[in-house]
Formats: sequence, C-alpha cells, structure tokens
Amino acid sequence: MTAEYRFLVVEDSPTMRQLITFSLKRIKNVQVTEASNGVDALKKLSEDKFHLMIVDINMPLMDGLKLLSIVRKDSTHGQIPVIIVTTEGAAADRDKGLKLGANAYLTKPIQTNDLLNSVREILKIE
Amino acid sequence: MDKKGDSEIEKKANEFLKIFRKGEEFTQELLKENERLRYKILELEEQKHNVQRVDNSETLTKLAEALKKLENEKRALLDQFKEVEQENKDFAHRYVEVEEENNNLANLYVASYQLHSTLDLQEVLRIVIEIIINLVGSDRFAVMLLDENATELSVVASEGIDDKRFKKMTIEEGGIIGTVARSGKSYYETDLENFTPISEYHPIVCIPLKINSHVIGVIALFGLLEQKKKKLTRVDFELFSMLAGHAATAIFSSKLYSQSERKLSTMQGFIDLLSGG
Repeated sequence: MTAEYRFLVVEDSPTMRQLITFSLKRIKNVQVTEASNGVDALKKLSEDKFHLMIVDINMPLMDGLKLLSIVRKDSTHGQIPVIIVTTEGAAADRDKGLKLGANAYLTKPIQTNDLLNSVREILKIE
Repeated sequence: MDKKGDSEIEKKANEFLKIFRKGEEFTQELLKENERLRYKILELEEQKHNVQRVDNSETLTKLAEALKKLENEKRALLDQFKEVEQENKDFAHRYVEVEEENNNLANLYVASYQLHSTLDLQEVLRIVIEIIINLVGSDRFAVMLLDENATELSVVASEGIDDKRFKKMTIEEGGIIGTVARSGKSYYETDLENFTPISEYHPIVCIPLKINSHVIGVIALFGLLEQKKKKLTRVDFELFSMLAGHAATAIFSSKLYSQSERKLSTMQGFIDLLSGG
C-alpha cells in the first residue's frame, strides 16, 4: 500500500522522534521517515519526496533553522511545509522561525493534539 | 216576471255566496296550512342548527384533544432532544478526555520504552535528561544518585545548573533534596506562580528514584521552560511517578550490568592468565 502522506521528522532526541512518529501515525495512511540532524535530513530529502517536515531547532551538525533556510532556497523542496518543534519558547525565536518560512511553530513539551491539528490544517486533512 | 227574475237573481246570489264562503273557508285552510308549514320549517331549521352546533363542538373537542396529544408529544420529543444533546455534550467531553488520556499514555509509553531500551548507564541518563527536557519541560534540573552508604548524593546528570558548584551533598545537609532521599516521598512546590526560592538550588519538584521502597537517588527540578507558564499538568505528575520507578530500575539495571561486565572481564583475564600459565 502506498502512503498518502510522507513526513520527515528531524529531531536529535530519539525519545522525541519516537513520540512525534507515534503521534503522526494517528493520521491514516502515513509514512514517517526519521532524521537525527539537519545533514541527515538533507540526505533523506534527496532520496525521497515528502509532504511535510517536522523540525527541531537545537540539533548537532546542522540546526533546524539552518536546515529550514537551505530547504526554502531549494528549487525542488522549497515548497515543503515545515513545522518547527522546539524548547525555544521566546517570541523572538518564534518570529525568527516564521520569518525563515516555517508554517507553524510549536514549543515543547508538545501536545499531540496541537501537533496533529497543525499537520491537518497545513495539509488540509479532514 | 219581475218576481221570477228577482228570485233567480237571489238564487244566483246565494249560490255565489256559497261559493264565496267555500272559497273563504278554503283560503282560511290554506292560510292555516301555510302557517303550520312555516312553523314546521322554523322547527326544522332550528333542529338543523342544533345538529350542526353539536357536530362542531364534537369536532372541536376532538381537535383540542389531538392538539393536546401533539403538544405532549412535542414536549416529550423536546425533552428527548435535550437528553440526547446533553448525552452528545457528555460524549464530546469524554472524547476529549480520552484523547488527552491517550496522548498522556503515549508519552508514558515512549518514555518507559526508551528508558528500558539500553543497559548503558550514560545512555539511560541521557534518556532521563531527554524526558525531563522534552516531555516534562524543565530546563534546570539534576539527577543525583546515593553512594553505597546511602549518606551522600552526587550529581550524575544535569541541565542548566553549575555542576561544579552543585556537585555533592550529604542527605543530612541536603534540605528538601536530602529529606526526599531520606523519606522516599516526593516533594512538589504547590504555588509555583508565587514561588520564591530561598536558595539557588531550592527545588520546585523533587522525586525519589525508588526500587520498591529502596531509594537509590533523586531527580530535582529547579525551573520550568517559559512556555510551561509555571504550571504542572496531570501528565507531568504521571511522568514524575513513572520516572521515580522506571528511571530507578533502568539506572540500577545498567549499573549492575556494567559491574557484571567488569567482573566478567576481570574473571576472563584471570582465566586467560591461568590457562596461559
């Protein structure tokens, strides 16, 4: 069965990756790919097409904001919706993320419903 | 001839009178009959009117009864509708609660799964840190373990604190943290909004790491992420209670495993030495 939606979760914490994947799988017909940092995410992006990315900010090798700015400048993946999930709750961080082109900005600890609502709203899933 | 003529005239007059009287009588009878018939008509009209009135009032009564019945039915339906609406509200409320419960259980499942996914102490401590930062939402905390004599607590993992200054403490001088380590009972600051720490390391939450009733250490939280808005939720307390048990067993198992690995490698060394000799 082909997945209707393919999501890329970019998060260095295995616990958070598992929790986000666990939450996303509550949407029907979803395939989730995991990446542990920005570099890993770019590799995964070159291998597959994704409908949405969920990105943490603080990660080793390449952080989420750097990844977001690279993705937005890319002609192939520039239009992929991005949800930032981070511990950085200050308004300045939120503004920075949204200015770089994030479609939503969620702060940890994440509420599964907030994450699912954002995904459904961005992808217009009933 | 005149007399004869007169008597004929008289005779004819009498006959005429007779006929006239008969006519009069007949006319009188007609008038009477007419009067009787008029009376009869009036009587019939009156009867007809009465019959109609009876019919109308019966119909009205029946209609009023039907109306009343319909009104009762409407009232009953409205009551049922209200009941169903209330049930719907209850179900919607319950659905939200179940959703929340599911989400909380997912958090607990993931945290517990991760904690028991390794036997490496450093890895277990890293997972404990991840859980506290990402699932609880604290940016200042320390994980402390008791020494073998159960008198001194040492910081084995921390976030957002100066681990050079805050490194060790005896349970006697440890204040809240020491009390939790001694008693095995969790400590929660109840009024976080008006909380004023009396020292730099005055915890808002301190939970014992316990295996059954044996305390092996504590987790002390000194601050929450800004977005937590100084509030602890139900799932936070569930995570604390999960951490108290599962983190303790994960830490204890990994310590035992590393000790046994060390012993095994020493024994292997001896065996190699003896067999080589």
